[in-house]
This record gives sequence, C-alpha cells and structure tokens, in this order.
Amino acid sequence: MSLVVNPGRADRLWRGLVITAPYLWLLIFFLVPFAIVLKISLADPLVAQPPFSNFFDWSGSSGRRVLATLDNYRFLFEDRLYLVSYLNSIRIALIATGLCLLLGFPMAYAIARTPYPWRNLLLLLVILPFWTSFLLRVYAWMVMLGKQGLINQLLLSFGLVDAPLQFLYTDQAVYLGIVYTYVPFMILPLYASLEKLDPDLHEAAADLGARRHRVFLDVTLPLAMPGIIAGCLLVFIPALGEYVIPALLGGLDTLMIGRTLYDEFFVNRDWPLASAVAVVLLLILILPIMLFQRLSQESEA
Amino acid sequence: MRRNSTFLYSVLCFGYAFLYIPIFVLIAYSFNNARLATVWGGFSTRWYSALLENTQILDAALLSLQIALVSATVATLLGTLAALGLNRMGRYRGRMLFTGMIAAPLVMPEVITGLSLLLLFVSLQELIGWPGARGANTITIAHITFSMAYVAVIVQARLASMDEALEEAAMDLGGRPFAVNLDITLPLIMPAMGAGWLLAFTLSLDDLVISSFAAGAGASTLPMVIFSKVKLGVTPEINALATIIIAIVMFGVIIAGWLMWRQQRLVATGPVKA
Repeated sequence: MSLVVNPGRADRLWRGLVITAPYLWLLIFFLVPFAIVLKISLADPLVAQPPFSNFFDWSGSSGRRVLATLDNYRFLFEDRLYLVSYLNSIRIALIATGLCLLLGFPMAYAIARTPYPWRNLLLLLVILPFWTSFLLRVYAWMVMLGKQGLINQLLLSFGLVDAPLQFLYTDQAVYLGIVYTYVPFMILPLYASLEKLDPDLHEAAADLGARRHRVFLDVTLPLAMPGIIAGCLLVFIPALGEYVIPALLGGLDTLMIGRTLYDEFFVNRDWPLASAVAVVLLLILILPIMLFQRLSQESEA
Repeated sequence: MRRNSTFLYSVLCFGYAFLYIPIFVLIAYSFNNARLATVWGGFSTRWYSALLENTQILDAALLSLQIALVSATVATLLGTLAALGLNRMGRYRGRMLFTGMIAAPLVMPEVITGLSLLLLFVSLQELIGWPGARGANTITIAHITFSMAYVAVIVQARLASMDEALEEAAMDLGGRPFAVNLDITLPLIMPAMGAGWLLAFTLSLDDLVISSFAAGAGASTLPMVIFSKVKLGVTPEINALATIIIAIVMFGVIIAGWLMWRQQRLVATGPVKA
C-alpha cells in the first residue's frame, strides 16, 4: 500500500478541495466585484482609461487620502431621468407580474387538473420555449407587432383598421414581452402548489354547502399562496432589471432602469454613475430577494 | 369531479396559442421570399443560403459554442463541488456566506452581474496585468460564475432527496470519504449533473447582457451579433437562424425524452431481452 500513505490526509485534502474551490471562485468573481462596484460608485468620472478617479490619493505628503464622493448618488436624485426610470421599472414590473398571474394561475390550475399522461405533455410544452433562445423569443414579437407585422396585416386585410396601428415600441409591447418570456416562471411554482391540492378537500367543502367561489377563496387560494408568492417574485425580480425587452420592444421613452444603466455605461461611458445606479437598484431588490430566499428555505425544510 | 370546465379549456388553448404562435410565425417567415420580412412573397430558402454565407454570424456562432462548451463543463465541476460542500460536508466556518453566494446569482439582475464583473476585470488588469485583452476568456469566466449556481441548485436538490444510508453504509464499511463520493455518490448524481450541464450550456449560448459587459472590443458572441442586427428592425436572416436554433432544441428535447422513456422502461421491466 505504498500509494495511499496517509488516508486521513487525502480525506482532508478532498474535503478542502470540495469546499475551497467553488468558495474561492465565488468570492473572487461574485463578492469582490460588488465591493468594486460600491467603490467606483464613490469615484469621480474621468475622461481616461479606465474612466474613473482613484479611490486613494497617494500624491500628498501625509500618505494616502481617501477620495470618495457622494456626487453620483446626489445626481441620481437631482436628475429626473433616474427617478423616472426607477419608478417606471417598478410600475412596469408590477403590472407585468399581475398579468402573468392572471394568465398563469388558470393555466396552472387547469394543468394540475388534467389527467396523466396529458399533464406531463402540457408541462413540457410550458418549459420547452425556455430552452430556445430568450433573445429570439423577444424578437419574435417584433415580427408579430411591427407596422408590417402579422397582427397589423390581419387587421388591415379584415378591414378592421385603415392604417397600421403602432403596437411595437410602446409600453404595452414591453408588458407583452415580459409576460411572454416570464410566464413559465409563474406557472411552474403555481403548478407545484396546486398539484398538492387534494380534490377531496373541494368535495368536502362542496358537501358542506360551500359555493364554488367560496371554495376557491377559502380552500384553493390559501393553499396556493406559497406558489403565488414564489411565482410573483420569480417574475418581478428579473423583470425589474430587464434590459433586452425594453430595448427591443419599448419606445425611446420606455425608461427602465436596466436600460438606463446599460446606456449610462456603454453610451455615456460614465462608469461611476452606472455603478451608483446599480447599487441603488440592488438596494431596491434586497427586500424581494431576501423574501424569496426565506421562502425557498422554508419549502426545503 | 375532476373535470375541467369550459373556461379552463379556453384558458389552456389561449395560453398555449400565446406561447407558440409567435414561434410558428417566425418559422413561417424564415421561408418568405420577400425582402420586406413581414410581407409574404412566396416560399424560398434564400435566407438560409444567405445565412450560410454570412461569416460574421458563423464566426459568432462558433465562438458562442466554444464558450458554452468550456463554461458549462467547468461550471458543472465547480457547481457539483459546491453542492457537495453544502450538503455533505457538515459544518464549517463561512457556510452561511457560501449558501448566500450560491443562491444570489440566480436572482441578480444581469446588468448588475455584468457591470460588476467588468469592473473586476478592469481593476485586476490595473493591479496584476491580468486578464489582458478582454474577450472569449473573460466571457467564459463570467458564464462559469452565473451558471455554476444553477448547477449547484440542481445537484443539491438531488443530494437532498437522496437516501444517505448508502453513503453511510459505505463509510461504516471503512470507505474513505473521497472513495465513497467517487463510487457511491457520483453515479447517483450523474443525471442531475447532466441536466445542470445542459442548462449551463443553454444559458451560456443565450446570454447577451453579461457577455456584452465582459467582452471587450475583441469578441462578439452570437447573441451580441443577433442583438445588433435586430435592434434596427426585423431581419430575414435572423428568422432563418431562429428556425435552425428551434429545430436543434426540438431535436435535443425529443432525444432526451426518448432516452428518459427508455431508462424508465429499463428500471420498470429490467433489461430488455435482445
């Protein structure tokens, strides 16, 4: 047994590797970057490479001096563009989440009541679009909604309108795009909680004389609540920071914060301001994200 | 009483029509002969030939495939280690932070992940002169970072639902942790690792925002090229490209479904006699 000199040492090595390798990776490429974003959000923009001022000033005689400024954050509140972007994002994400729930709930409910093996097929059909490109699914709506798109062609040929309507590049197109791409995230958790629903409960409630809408309100809805909350968070959180959908389907005035951040970074090249926008966006998202974490931990336990 | 009402049937029909009509319309228009992409001008495959001659798109597709292969593989290794670290290693210092760091990339807005990674790369360049020119290398690192979290979640779910008795029995019989993990745990979590790899691969192929931040001027992935084209409006070549991608995905799903069906039959009936 010359190869395995010390099995205890090999075990410690294995244990060390299992924990350390992914830990270090995430520390370096996930946690440290946030510290850098925070740092740069406190810097001055410069026309240089990289385009921001140093955090520390070494030139003085008394050693280093911290050069931090809150100017970027002050600017966020003074310039209406950013405030409007944040509020618009929240409004659009909330409305789109509500629409997702309106479409997703009855779909999940109907799927949960479909007998096997049809149920598996229906579920597969919900997940399938997710495996094709997100970008191309958003693009598909440009083909549908454009001035010469399918919907306008149909409306014109049936004589319902005289001139093509402006569907594309509006807020409504953005709602549609978000609902289209994110509704699977609503249906799946809803299905998971509705599936567990015991049909005997319904019958019992009905036998005791409850009307159908009372059964729904008093039995179905409370039991589906964890799925509703999880689904809403899964749609709301990514929708809030969405960039692609407003960039392709929204109008120039469809301000959403993900798009504002992207443009601030790539078009205006104001990295410190973009970092400040990111920090504030993260602060807005902390509450829903923590709520989601707690919810998923509870469901695991 | 398990009968769907007419209302629920209409909702299902409407829902699936909503999900699939845009995709079918895109496929139909990819065979459209007209230059104006949204007016029907007869059947043609001209956009497919145009696509095959477009070296910009082909180069970008090749680059995207390379990045997706490397990043999905590394992410599967790291993500599986992370899942083991969360589920089989007991207590250690910093476990809470670890849990948080694995869950956070799943819900982080892409613009924030992308921005923070780019600022890291720029700062590292200033400090230690690495990673040099940004391009495929930095995009791959970025993709590994967000997709290892997805792999970790999938493998962890499998580990959590698994009976630990097998592993415990192997340990009781004197198996060392590394050997037990290799001989007992690994075969059991293989399917979850495969699913995680596929998801990481798909996410990498599809990512636009994080790649745009992580790439310097040097490299353009397929989604970056697609985005720059469709930002200006409907592009017939992209319709053809979309159709090809959808066809590949459908093919993959059918193969995966067939493999799963076969495996289930093997488990249910024992090995099929030749």
